[in-house]
Amino acid sequence: MTEAYIYDAVRSPRGKGRSDGSLHEITALELSSQVLSSVNERNGLEGHEVEDVAFGCVSPVGEQGAVISRSAVLAAGYKETTSAIQVNRFCGSGLEAVNIAVAKVKSGETDLAIGGGIESMSRVPMGSDGAGGMADPKLAFQEYFVPQGIAADLIATKYGYSRDDVDAYAVESQKRAATAWQENRFEKSILPIKDVIGEVILDHDELMRPDADMQSLGALSPAFQMMGETMPGFNDVALLKHPDLEKINNVHTAGNSSGIVDGSAAVLLGNKESGEKYDLKPRARIVAMASIGSEPTIMLTGPEFAAKKALQRAGMVNSDIDIWELNEAFASVVLRFMEAMNVDHSVMNVNGGAIAMGHPLGATGAMILGTVLDEMERTNKQTALTTLCIGGGMGIATIIERV
Amino acid sequence: MTYETLTIDIDADGIALVTIDLPGQSMNVWNEGLMADYPKFVDELINNDDIKGAVIASGKKSGFLAGADLRMLGSSKAETMKEAFEQSWGLNRELRRMETGGHSAKELIKGSKSAKPVACALHGLALGGGLELALACHYRICSDNPKIQLGLPEVQVGLLPGGGGTQRLPRLSGLQAAGMMIMMGQPTNPQAALAQGFINEIVPHDEVIDKAKAWVKANPKASAPWDKKGYKFPGGAGSMDPRAVPLYMGSSAMALKQSKGNYEAVKAILSCLYEGSMLPIDTALRVESKYFTKLLAGPQSKNMIRTLFVNKQAAEKGAARPKAIEKTELKTVGVIGGGLMGSGITHVTAKGMMDVIVLDRTMEDAQKAVDYSQKIVDKKVSRGKMTKEKADAFMARIKPTDNYDDLKDVDLIIEAVFERPDVKADVIKKTEAVIRDDVVFASNTSTLPITGLAKHSKRPDQFIGMHFFSPVERMPLLEIIPGEKTGDKALAVAIDYNAKIRKTPIVVKDVRGFYTNRVFPPYANEAMLMVTEGVKMALIENAAISMGMPIGPLAVVDETTLKLGYDIMQSTKEEMGDAYVPSGSEGLSELMVKKIDRQGRRFGAGFYDYDDKGNKKGLWQGIGEYFPIAEEQPSVEEVKERLMYIQLIATAQCYHEEVVSDPQSADLGAIFGWGFAPWTGGPMSHIDTIGVDNFVRTADSLAQKYGERFKPPMSFREKADKGESFYKAA
Repeated sequence: MTEAYIYDAVRSPRGKGRSDGSLHEITALELSSQVLSSVNERNGLEGHEVEDVAFGCVSPVGEQGAVISRSAVLAAGYKETTSAIQVNRFCGSGLEAVNIAVAKVKSGETDLAIGGGIESMSRVPMGSDGAGGMADPKLAFQEYFVPQGIAADLIATKYGYSRDDVDAYAVESQKRAATAWQENRFEKSILPIKDVIGEVILDHDELMRPDADMQSLGALSPAFQMMGETMPGFNDVALLKHPDLEKINNVHTAGNSSGIVDGSAAVLLGNKESGEKYDLKPRARIVAMASIGSEPTIMLTGPEFAAKKALQRAGMVNSDIDIWELNEAFASVVLRFMEAMNVDHSVMNVNGGAIAMGHPLGATGAMILGTVLDEMERTNKQTALTTLCIGGGMGIATIIERV
Repeated sequence: MTYETLTIDIDADGIALVTIDLPGQSMNVWNEGLMADYPKFVDELINNDDIKGAVIASGKKSGFLAGADLRMLGSSKAETMKEAFEQSWGLNRELRRMETGGHSAKELIKGSKSAKPVACALHGLALGGGLELALACHYRICSDNPKIQLGLPEVQVGLLPGGGGTQRLPRLSGLQAAGMMIMMGQPTNPQAALAQGFINEIVPHDEVIDKAKAWVKANPKASAPWDKKGYKFPGGAGSMDPRAVPLYMGSSAMALKQSKGNYEAVKAILSCLYEGSMLPIDTALRVESKYFTKLLAGPQSKNMIRTLFVNKQAAEKGAARPKAIEKTELKTVGVIGGGLMGSGITHVTAKGMMDVIVLDRTMEDAQKAVDYSQKIVDKKVSRGKMTKEKADAFMARIKPTDNYDDLKDVDLIIEAVFERPDVKADVIKKTEAVIRDDVVFASNTSTLPITGLAKHSKRPDQFIGMHFFSPVERMPLLEIIPGEKTGDKALAVAIDYNAKIRKTPIVVKDVRGFYTNRVFPPYANEAMLMVTEGVKMALIENAAISMGMPIGPLAVVDETTLKLGYDIMQSTKEEMGDAYVPSGSEGLSELMVKKIDRQGRRFGAGFYDYDDKGNKKGLWQGIGEYFPIAEEQPSVEEVKERLMYIQLIATAQCYHEEVVSDPQSADLGAIFGWGFAPWTGGPMSHIDTIGVDNFVRTADSLAQKYGERFKPPMSFREKADKGESFYKAA
């Protein structure tokens, strides 16, 4: 099969996903089109043809509706012949979009494609697309549906992570992110976002709290305790599915969970020929990809199974992976993955993650793939596995290797 | 037009007063007669030009209409789901026809057509199909009596309000309020209903009909709010409404938390609310009828209607009472013993409007029973649930004494003294020396055989056993135990007494433990056996709770105390000698009681840890030191099956031995005695639902895996072979 290579990766900085966030005045269309324009400019592709653009978006309604990626392609000044698709695999959307672009290249459908994502969470809040099947009692009763925060608390309870454990992980994430920014480790990929008059409005991830420590995090109240214990009582619902537990320990807070932010990212992918044609240097090869479904109540343990599946398809074992990147949706998700996969924290999320910098749902997968690629180049590592936990009980993983 | 169940009087304004008055019945219900009359009335309303509008009222003092005749619902002859749907749809369709005047929603919304106005005059309670009839009217006026009950209780018998209740109520009151009312099945009062928007007006009792007529006269062209242009669902609805989405999700979670997902009706109600709130009313009503049809065809509603409604009512009305004996007027009851049980019995007897003379060895001990009731009524007064006058009258009915002579005029004796034959014998002798010859003597006991106690009586034919449950004022069951020589009169009096204290009575045979105490111990023992096997205690407790038991078996053992279980085990061992069959949990019992002092909640520690006030802190984490937690845990289904079948088998054994003489007593005793999962309709109903042959097969395989205690009794094998069930198919 045709090999697919990563030629470039670009991302916006992440703005606070609130009305006082720096990117709040930037439309989702503008944010994603600036990222797409940048891919063209950086790689001298203007007037040439990126054949297809796949973008993840988790709330594809309102201004993010009606296939936002096609709008962005047009707004970014791509040729009108560039087609576009918008995909939704919840938090895995950005990586799924990359994997779709890869699949198009590998299958021979396209020579050059982009995978990426957009989520302007300050402008199109989470849940704007309605609740879908999760609101339907038929499914809720069948699957014991609980919100993600409760699922994260369930993981912590089931595998014995205390409030201190998850807070300690969060402190470390903040530290690593701060170091990464101090050392300009994201420099290669960050695209400062400009406003209407062409001034830079944001050039760094603005959510970070580098001064966070155990004391300040410990002072935060559990975010999901109320909905878990009293109204409507999701802890009890989780226990119906996991009856070996006596009670759920609600340990997650705003401080050890991923932050709500605005952001967009794009990864340029192509076969060998198109690289040669446009004089692009391949940075990494896609080794394997996998998506899986897993137990939907605990919901966020999917990365383990997605990673195992990707490794198996690649004929690799854990020790073949140099660095690991798992989206920090909640601290317990990463703690559980490291334990289940026997991965040391020193090679996991080495530059911090979404707890410190935020999780722009539809874009994160593409964003952290770029982050891990930059890190491989910086530290001269060969292989990396990127994975995300996904709502509804799913997981996605992609293994890359430098060339 | 002629009607059997209602009359129509058209006044000078052309307003038809429709008075529903079922002949020969104390209460209006949707029975075959009214079901046949109602469509004829709707025809007349629509087609008779002399009628300008209508007021629907009841001719009964007892209330407006109390819902559907559940016996009628259970006797559907439909052979296919489609046929069954057409039957369920019938009433819904006719109610809608009254609401629309036979026009389409489109015509009404456009305003080109309207219905003749129909107001509902509510003088008294409207429940289930009664309230649904009211909701289908254009206007509802209710009498200002705050005791009037308005509600949709169908969920309590495994059904949903299938006459538009799940659609019209949320369209008037919003999803949240309507959802709570329909899912819990609890009625509300007129004032709350007015606030919730499903009653339009509250007026003095004797103005209800006049005001209803006035409204009809003033509103010659009517349509329901949802048939008007610009109608908005109060509080929002639909999967894109940010107010409604959390409600949908939250109500599923709350319903799961409370029902553990065991009740099909709860699920169906939620689906009706969810799906129906996104549909136009006509389609929504059809969807409701489809869910109703499904529930009616399923085993749960049949089982719940049979046990929780039909058989419960029959038992309470005295189905087991010997018919030939005349009713005994019980004015004064002598209660002997002012302990926990005697106090509780004193309380329920006084509550049943009887005078009580409570006797104990000293005045101080007798006074304890008075104090017990005083505490309860004081609490009620402080919470505004009872007036001071009523509380005083209540307490005036209770007289403490230490003198047997004070018992000479009582109409019934209930003794609740210490459970030792010699103590009881003494009491029997002293009491019989003073009471009248015709007075029945009842002995409250949970362990001592009645025939044995009756030997101490001069009048064994008037001696009977009553097994009350603790706390007496809260537990709904009464086991009545005739001994070998007990006569019909004693049984009749016991049941007459029960009718006054409003318990659910079952008559059981005089064997050790009677019925409920024959079944519960093996169940508790099974849970303890699992602990010894290394099954996580949380899994055991959660499995029991998720199959519908009110609390986990280990929590119950803590409650009744491990010490009691240990003492019973010791005395049984002594009594039986070599014939004693070990239960397998002796080691655990001995450890907890004798070695590490975890004897139960009352002692501060048991399977759970407790704080100083006796509140659960959580399961004891130290069990693993003595019985290591198994690496491989069984699935929750396995645990549930063991906990369920051990109860089914013990019940089957009791039925086999005629400890209970009919399946309905076994079912009632299980649900109201030890809290057996109500959604099943009781163990015998559940065995029928599983299928007797399936039950025998599963029991045999459990016996192979876990031991002989799971072997089903022979008569059940025979039943299985013959392909029979215990109840006639509904």
